[in-house]
Amino acid sequence: MSTIPKGPRPKHLTVGRIGLYCFIIMCALFFLMPLYVMIITSLKDMDEIRAANILNLPKELSFYAWPKAWSQACTGFVCEGLKPGFVNSVKITVPSVIVSVALSALNGYALAFWRFRGAYFFFGLCMFGAFIPYQVMVYPLLKIEDFLGIYSSLPGIILVHTIFGMPILTLIFRNFYASLPIDLFKAARIDGGNFIKIFFYVIIPMSTPITIVAVILQVTGIWNDFLLGLVFAGRDNQPMTVQLNNIVQVDYGVAEYNVDMSATILTSLVPLFVYFISGRWFVRGIAAGAIKG
Amino acid sequence: MSMKNSVEVKNISFSYGKTEILNDLSLDIKEGEFMVLLGPSGCGKTTLLNCIAGLLDLTDGQIWIEDDNVTWKEPKDRHIGMVFQSYALYPSMTVEKNLSFGLRMMGTAKDLINEKIKKAANLLQINELLKRKPSQLSGGQRQRVAIGRALVRDAKVFLFDEPLSNLDAKLRAELRYEIKKLHRDLSNTMIYVTHDQIEAMTLADRISVMKDGLIQQLDTPKQIYNKPTNLFVAGFIGSPSMNFLKAKFDKSSQNIIVGKKQIDISKYENIKNLMNNQEVVFGIRPENINIEKNENSIQCKVELVEPMGADTLVWTSVEGNPISIRLEGSSNFNLNDEISISFDINKSSIFDSNSEERI
Repeated sequence: MSTIPKGPRPKHLTVGRIGLYCFIIMCALFFLMPLYVMIITSLKDMDEIRAANILNLPKELSFYAWPKAWSQACTGFVCEGLKPGFVNSVKITVPSVIVSVALSALNGYALAFWRFRGAYFFFGLCMFGAFIPYQVMVYPLLKIEDFLGIYSSLPGIILVHTIFGMPILTLIFRNFYASLPIDLFKAARIDGGNFIKIFFYVIIPMSTPITIVAVILQVTGIWNDFLLGLVFAGRDNQPMTVQLNNIVQVDYGVAEYNVDMSATILTSLVPLFVYFISGRWFVRGIAAGAIKG
Repeated sequence: MSMKNSVEVKNISFSYGKTEILNDLSLDIKEGEFMVLLGPSGCGKTTLLNCIAGLLDLTDGQIWIEDDNVTWKEPKDRHIGMVFQSYALYPSMTVEKNLSFGLRMMGTAKDLINEKIKKAANLLQINELLKRKPSQLSGGQRQRVAIGRALVRDAKVFLFDEPLSNLDAKLRAELRYEIKKLHRDLSNTMIYVTHDQIEAMTLADRISVMKDGLIQQLDTPKQIYNKPTNLFVAGFIGSPSMNFLKAKFDKSSQNIIVGKKQIDISKYENIKNLMNNQEVVFGIRPENINIEKNENSIQCKVELVEPMGADTLVWTSVEGNPISIRLEGSSNFNLNDEISISFDINKSSIFDSNSEERI
């Protein structure tokens, strides 16, 4: 069989390619396995769970666990399910994300365009701050918040999330802004913009992709946080993750695995949802260094 | 052009950290003058322009614009408009918003803004583009909009930072013509940075040729082309560039000696300044070499022919030094043809080998 080469080269399915696909599919299955177990377990009743066929599909669908996890499961002494935790998490996440992203955008802009004295030092501090494990700062921060009188309160936990989010977000914004042509900024200065006006009229309208990246990082980070919520939020503002833990870690009675599973899925829905709707934007934002005017 | 100075650069210095880019540089630009800052990359021309614009803080010295010491003033308060190589249009705004941005920042009335945009759009023929985003424009259109942005601000001084370098050759020639026309019609002061000597020659009233942060020569294009003040300027201006021959002057015969060849330079204007046995560099432009046989001509061989349409460039060599000769497009030469060349001495330039200064 000899054909004269002409037009596009024909694509062949090579052995290597088949191997690659096999590998990818195996990986996907491996990572999906826990999710599969969680979903089917949440749809079984306790008798079936005790039968210990962890991978079998439920013989009879039971939706009993889901409403219980949402509104009746006991978290310590109260039995209101995860609902209050969800509300608390929203109350913590929304302001923390808004404040930290807004401040970081402003910081990144200042670092990238207004080369003030000590900017490099500040940049170094951010790098340092972004890579310090935050556990080491929990105690000093706790003392500071206690001194300020906001320990164990909603403003307290919001402040903590804002502080811990800012170094890495500032870096992300700075790097994005540093990739924008500096001439743009110069032109805006000649056109009469000052620090704030240039930020609002010129820089922010160009920041959509990177802002989305920052929001995704912050929403998932803050929503998934356990330690800071446990330490700083106070009893009345415990986020969903802390309440989930309280549901799962029962010291008495029966461990209701189906309720645990549905509670866990419920807790992780928000970050999952954020990833699904914004995945496209996330990739675009990560690649946004290539943006041209 | 009046005699009044529009922009005065007074003894300015500028350094980035320890790297000194400009050192005690002074330059006066007259009202309505088209001044071109020309030089290779890294010569400090863009830095100088940014200093004038107020985008960089001086290390020392003063900038005066329209009899006003603007050294400490913000760019927006300097009555300038600037056009960048990268166009620097605001990507999120339409052309119209791009044009009006400066005016809106100043809080100009809407009617006045519209009027000014209309005027600028007419002048630059960008009426149909007003509602478009920069990403929907071609390079040439973008640069027109960028010029328009400077225009609507009623700038007294226009600063151009290599505005045509990102365009292809044809568009570059087109926009060069437009900029020249714009200057003719508006007669604003314009300062134009470029490394393209054709742009410099065609646009400038005066060119300031820069190297290593120093102005090498400041003069009219004609003067710079015909009487370059030193070897650098002579080599930088002109394409194909000036031919250079290393030589020694012999006072008694009024000849310069190039290897075994002798060239009579008795007609050179400043021959009295030459000393016997002085080491010199003899410079002659390709168009000032004639193919003719006389008592002064030198025999050589055609080594390469570059037909360029309007002209033909013939390459040969004299004592190992490559020499290019610009001839009419119709001239017909072949490889290895024997030719006799003679130099137009009163159009030549002679430089001292050591100081590299013109004699």
